[in-house]
Amino acid sequence: MKKVGGRLIVLALVVVLSVIFFIPSYQPFYQALPAWLKAVMPNKGITLGLDLQGGIHLVMEVDEDRAVEIAVDRSVVSLQDLLVDKKIPVESVTRTGPTQVTIQFQNAELKAQIQKMIEDYPTFIETESSGSANMLVWELRELEVKRIKDSAINQALETIRNRIDQFGVAEPMVQRQGLKQIVVQLPGVKEPKRAKDLIKETALLEFKLLDEDNQVKMDLPARIPKEKEAEVLKQAEAKLPVGDQILFERAVDKDTGREYRIPYLVKKRVMLTGDVLSDARVSIGQFNDPYVSITFDAKGGREFDRITGDNVKKRMAVVLDNTIYSAPVIQERITGGRAQITGTFSMQEASDLAIVLRAGALPAPLKIIQDLTVGPSLGKDSIDKGVQATLFAGALVVLFMMVYYRTSGVIADFALALNLLCLMGALSALNATLTLPGIAGIVLTIGMGVDSNVLIFERIREELRAGKAVRLAVDGGYEKALLTIVDSHVTTLITGVALFLFGTGPIKGFAVTLCLGIGINLFTALVGTKVIFDLMNQRHKVEQLSI
Amino acid sequence: MLEILGKTNIDFMGKRRWAFLFSGIMVMLGLVAVVQISRGSANLGIDFAGGTAVQLKFDQAIRIDEARKILEANGLGNAELQEFGQENKLLIRLKASTTIEEKVAERVVAVFTKEFPSNHFVVDSSTEIGPTIGKKLQEDALIAILISFVGIILYVAGRFEFRFGIAAALATFHDVLAVLGAFYLLDKEITLLVVTALLTLAGYSMTDTVVVFDRIRENLRMRRRDSEETIINNAVNQVLSRTIVTSLTVVLVLIPLTLAGGEVLHDFSLALLWGVIFGTYSSIFVASPLLLLWPGASGRLLKRS
Repeated sequence: MKKVGGRLIVLALVVVLSVIFFIPSYQPFYQALPAWLKAVMPNKGITLGLDLQGGIHLVMEVDEDRAVEIAVDRSVVSLQDLLVDKKIPVESVTRTGPTQVTIQFQNAELKAQIQKMIEDYPTFIETESSGSANMLVWELRELEVKRIKDSAINQALETIRNRIDQFGVAEPMVQRQGLKQIVVQLPGVKEPKRAKDLIKETALLEFKLLDEDNQVKMDLPARIPKEKEAEVLKQAEAKLPVGDQILFERAVDKDTGREYRIPYLVKKRVMLTGDVLSDARVSIGQFNDPYVSITFDAKGGREFDRITGDNVKKRMAVVLDNTIYSAPVIQERITGGRAQITGTFSMQEASDLAIVLRAGALPAPLKIIQDLTVGPSLGKDSIDKGVQATLFAGALVVLFMMVYYRTSGVIADFALALNLLCLMGALSALNATLTLPGIAGIVLTIGMGVDSNVLIFERIREELRAGKAVRLAVDGGYEKALLTIVDSHVTTLITGVALFLFGTGPIKGFAVTLCLGIGINLFTALVGTKVIFDLMNQRHKVEQLSI
Repeated sequence: MLEILGKTNIDFMGKRRWAFLFSGIMVMLGLVAVVQISRGSANLGIDFAGGTAVQLKFDQAIRIDEARKILEANGLGNAELQEFGQENKLLIRLKASTTIEEKVAERVVAVFTKEFPSNHFVVDSSTEIGPTIGKKLQEDALIAILISFVGIILYVAGRFEFRFGIAAALATFHDVLAVLGAFYLLDKEITLLVVTALLTLAGYSMTDTVVVFDRIRENLRMRRRDSEETIINNAVNQVLSRTIVTSLTVVLVLIPLTLAGGEVLHDFSLALLWGVIFGTYSSIFVASPLLLLWPGASGRLLKRS
């Protein structure tokens, strides 16, 4: 038997530290503390996982290939414009592959002239398939493809962060995972569907001119049911003028309440996009209908001024994610750098639209590959029931140990309490997130804690049966159980570490509590209870051990 | 002192043939389950298989057959329904045959809003998992389990003898397979939480086995005169009361959790409960007799250490 003093101090220190670290995890108590005390204490404790407090967990993938295609499409449109400006007649400029642009022209003499234009598009190179006299094929450089893909995910992360900040969620998490995945966690969100829509919307705002000269020739129907979109597109395909496309406006019939579509012939050329916005706000119109008023930045304002000045009396479509919101006639030059987006939306839809416009567009559509939504009520239910059942179970074990091992059982119960306290303290210190599998890990370590004590006690009983004196029996019991306890803990620790290194998500949570719990267990079983036995033996010579 | 068991002297090793027979059946069942899982025809939870699950909490009671009828009428006939009686909760599951792009969760909610206008409900939880994620989770879980098994075999082999490592790993495998087999037989859903439970019970069973092995090692070092069978039998008897007491306390914890822990914890606790029972059985009847099948160094290595 060794000196008790040193070990008692260590024990006390561990308890005090655990309590200090745990306090921020119990908010009602933490908040009641005086400010000076809060200032010197850790301020963050255990966070509850989504399965316990409700919320959304989304894993999304950025469609990188689409981002590249979008970039190439933009170059195609701008090249078309440039050719028109320089009065070079070409037959077509089209994207003929994910990263390929083909320019076709009748007049072979133009080839050299067009060939030179690649200087304005340094991200492209001419490919060998440009051999024909009437054709040029450009390819996006590989480095540029990589850059676009890379920036697509970063831009998406940034945009989503902005949107969520403006939506207002406590402690959101937006993170890149692996090469092209984005993980978003929104704990405690009350309107999950709205939050998801807000995140997912690409929100690419474009201003495009209607092609009114060809509108008649196309003979488009005035309005169609929403299912007929594809059919109309197919019919019009053959007659579609170069550089034009058909887009639909979404509208609702006031009498029947049914949604319908209005097809428009629109020039593909993008006059202005949403990146030149400096602000977007909800306003209320004269018929109490909400609309979004947007303000351009200095450059955007000048552009808008010029565009509207050049196109007075023409119609310009306000396009969001390839849907027309409105297509008003430009009555006069607009100089203030302001515009409006009207359409049929509710107050909430208008304010969400304002948020996504302020936060900017996503570079490419997002694909949700995992979506976990837990309502706040289920979270609360599972905690309440889980906690109640655990408390009841804990009480049963405590009682059993006291009945079976008497005074020694009380010591074991003390070790159990110490175990839980330290584990909570350690989890708080690491700001761990507690999930249901995490609780499973705690249950397992508690079980192992009880087991360690049972092992020791059974050994002590054996020593006592063999006729040893109490002090020797206790020392012998601990000594003989030691190896067994270490072996059993190490094997479980191996499992824990493997799960931590190779497991994902919830399994990782389980592994963390398990590994921590095993370490703490060893400490409480081998130091915690032993000190008390030694203390008992030191104070007065114990003749009979209550075990 | 209060004792559940006094000093016992039961011939556990003598009954090993029956034990092997029983365990063999359980393991076969578990293997069938594993094969079915890898073929995708077992009742895999959507976290592994991919798909959609929506749990709704209604204000008034809802009849499950009515719910099924309206789901069928709205083209969601392949939904699996489960109700949690007293609380008017309904769990609707659709496996990966429907993809996440279709917004299945929203469709389900829309169907119930339309068809049960008077019975208001809230969405307790909704989960949509793409098939690729489920595949990745499966692989990750499998890799983690395999690595931990290799680690354990190596550790136990190092601390004891090689055959101890193999026996411990086999016994643990046996427990996991037995519970998996039982879940498969009862057509219970194998979710991520159930897999966590299997890992937990693997940890528990391993501990249990190591405790018995430790005693066997101790006895092998001291009494070399007895036959190995007798030594192992004595060791098992010596730790029997500890085995029973420990298992009893864990069972004491798990019964309330299974009965009253809420629907989320129910399957988890149930898997653990069976696991504890199998784990206790296997450390006595499987792990220890396995040592006899493979005489190995007959403890000579242990004696030297």
